[in-house]
Amino acid sequence: MMLKRLRRIRLHLLLILPMLLGSISFGLQAAPAPDFTLPRLDGSESVSLASLRGKVVYVDFWASWCAPCTVALPEMDKVRRDLHARGFEVIAINLDESEADAIRFLQRMNLSYPIVTDPAKSTPTAYKIAGMPTAFLIDRRGELHSTHAGFRPGDSAKLRLTIEQLLQETP
Amino acid sequence: MKKLLLLPFVLVLAACTTTESVQPWERGQLARTDMAWNTDPLHNAMREHVYTSKEGASGGLSTGGGGCGCY
Repeated sequence: MMLKRLRRIRLHLLLILPMLLGSISFGLQAAPAPDFTLPRLDGSESVSLASLRGKVVYVDFWASWCAPCTVALPEMDKVRRDLHARGFEVIAINLDESEADAIRFLQRMNLSYPIVTDPAKSTPTAYKIAGMPTAFLIDRRGELHSTHAGFRPGDSAKLRLTIEQLLQETP
Repeated sequence: MKKLLLLPFVLVLAACTTTESVQPWERGQLARTDMAWNTDPLHNAMREHVYTSKEGASGGLSTGGGGCGCY
């Protein structure tokens, strides 16, 4: 009776083990950032993520109606101006339904990084964003390092530390 | 006969369901000021304060609704 129960438990453990192992390997695996090529909002040449391989890239999804985005855009511009020479780049992907809203909004700001647009909204789907704003930090190897959901004043200081660490890595 | 009458009702009800959800980037219209329950956050906070003081309780006042759904 006891032996039977032990066998049953062992069988259950054997069934669970692959699932546990699978989840562990998933957690450790560094995922490559989904590639994209998107047109700039001002109509000039397209920007592709692949062309920035070897740099630390901050991909920011934003919209003109999103209040925290208005904080994030200028703060990240300051970080970008300071660290651009060392290999840091920001790509801001606009998700406004009307491009005119985005253009009107940007007139109030003087941003140095490329602002692109994704009318098909394929990039937010590929990156599985769950709220606005969401940003992804991509390392020099083109792998997703971390996600930054939301943005509060001063968040750029914490991000700057992480970016500086990533910049020290070799591709 | 009753079951037959129930059928269109169930079908109409089924048509009300949706598998599509509003995506985070589709909330532009919901983020408009005129879509908010209360457009004055200061007035809202003051009213909540008076209400909770009178009731001797706090919390549980906020409910989901419009807004940009931003983090």
